[in-house]
Amino acid sequence: MPALIYVVVVTQIPFLVTLWYSFQSYFFDVPAPAHFIGLSNYTTVFTNAAFRGSLVRSVVMTASSVIVAMLLGIAFAVLLDRKFLGRGVVRTLIITPFLVMPAAAALVWAGPMLDPNFGLLNYLLEPFGVHHVAWLSADPLVSVIAVMIWQWTPFMTLIVLAGLQGQPPDTLEAAKVDGAGALATFRELTLPHLRPYIELGILLGSIYLVNAFDAVRLMTNGGPGTSTTNLPFYLYQQVNFAFNVGGAAAAGVVTVILTIIIATFALRMFARVFQFEEAAR
Amino acid sequence: MTAAPLQPGPHRLREMAGRMSWGIVAWVVGLAFFLPVLWMVLTAFKPESAAETWPPQFIFTPTLSEFRLVFSGMGPFLTHSVIATVGSTIVVVLLAVPASYALSVHPVKHWRDGLFFFISTKMLPIVAAIGPLYVIALHLHLLDSIWLLIILYTAMNLPLAIWMIRSFMLEVPGELLEAARLDGAGRIREITGVILPVISPGLVSTALICVIFAWNELFLALNLTVTNAATMPMFLISSVPQEGLYIAHLSAAATVASVPVILVGWIAQRSLVRGLSMGAIK
Repeated sequence: MPALIYVVVVTQIPFLVTLWYSFQSYFFDVPAPAHFIGLSNYTTVFTNAAFRGSLVRSVVMTASSVIVAMLLGIAFAVLLDRKFLGRGVVRTLIITPFLVMPAAAALVWAGPMLDPNFGLLNYLLEPFGVHHVAWLSADPLVSVIAVMIWQWTPFMTLIVLAGLQGQPPDTLEAAKVDGAGALATFRELTLPHLRPYIELGILLGSIYLVNAFDAVRLMTNGGPGTSTTNLPFYLYQQVNFAFNVGGAAAAGVVTVILTIIIATFALRMFARVFQFEEAAR
Repeated sequence: MTAAPLQPGPHRLREMAGRMSWGIVAWVVGLAFFLPVLWMVLTAFKPESAAETWPPQFIFTPTLSEFRLVFSGMGPFLTHSVIATVGSTIVVVLLAVPASYALSVHPVKHWRDGLFFFISTKMLPIVAAIGPLYVIALHLHLLDSIWLLIILYTAMNLPLAIWMIRSFMLEVPGELLEAARLDGAGRIREITGVILPVISPGLVSTALICVIFAWNELFLALNLTVTNAATMPMFLISSVPQEGLYIAHLSAAATVASVPVILVGWIAQRSLVRGLSMGAIK
């Protein structure tokens, strides 16, 4: 099993080393060698308001972007599941944001789209009474989340669409014959069928969006102040500008533990919600 | 019963109108989602002076001058990106095929634990280990080296690839494998002669997804490379100057960096959908 060895070496060793450094005092810019300082990095992490703030923002960013992208994805998938003129073209248009390089997307949104003086969005919104809003300073967190949603909605759409198209047509026919309304059919038949697809989308989306860095670094650089600093950006700052390897490692360990807890909890909750729905039927 | 087929008129009409309105909604949504990409491409063809005006200009004389500037500076970045993307994708497929085989067709003992382990490595946010990764790379003299990116991108994509390839392998009909075994085919022959031809479309879509994620990756490249291995996303960052007009230049760079993956994705969208959704059902 060469793949297993590879994955163990490349993914686990960095985390073990992370664990090791999390108990050390180690700064790049201090000539003294790393030395053991016990739990004090962890005490710092837990008492550090900057870390807690970035943690909360990370949770908010990931959760809101994944949820909104999934809801939009379901809606778009339902739209695309119907027959209409140019369906293939529309599907192509909708998946494009997912294919755009995230760094490119962030820079294009920050400049040509959202700029207060010449941005396209302000121009399009002008008839509705919006005048030269500086989106990135007025609503930085929402702007960053919106770009993340824009990039991940296509992914959710594709997954849900695959689910919709894998639905056996005869059960839907039967429901129609039985006189079930469109909404009831969707809730009672389609949604349970889509469940594994929705789960997969949420799981993969969360895994990637927890690591979201490009949009934060390139649109707002974590600011203004720390208003868009999420965990990845915080850790990036700790290593690159504070040279604090030990502190960043401790923060990293806490992040990993929290991710595992949240992921387990989220999956359990999902399973329960759907079991409940099935039992109710 | 007998009257119904005789007067389909109003019903058919309503259905057609319904279909049309759904179509219009879908088109509006699709165009709205595509608009930023379109705007990026349009802006890339503007002269710098036309890119930063109010109101924004929709009609202008297109120019290739910004593209020329972009092409003149991106050579090394493009080379690094291609090497890191293609290199890591090849290694991923080479490692993932035998691993998936051992997790599906000929399950090893504890294959469930194995599969769960692969997926769980994907759950750990790589950003958490960035400091130590930097230190390790420093000691191995791999900082700012293209090899480091290949190694890390392989690790980043391997779990997803194993997951996808495994589900494609489960779809291979048992009779085919049985027939091959009766012919006395060994494991290697079984993989290369029977399984690979059947799952080749799945392999393609897996490789595509690996290519997309490796091509677009910024965080690791930004933290661990400077010049000798800097990739296209870093080229993009370098195209934003500290002062002066830069919107058209930036748009041209963003267009050039994004277009390869966009085109590949458009062409392969069906296999992308299939590849992504396979994992959900198996």
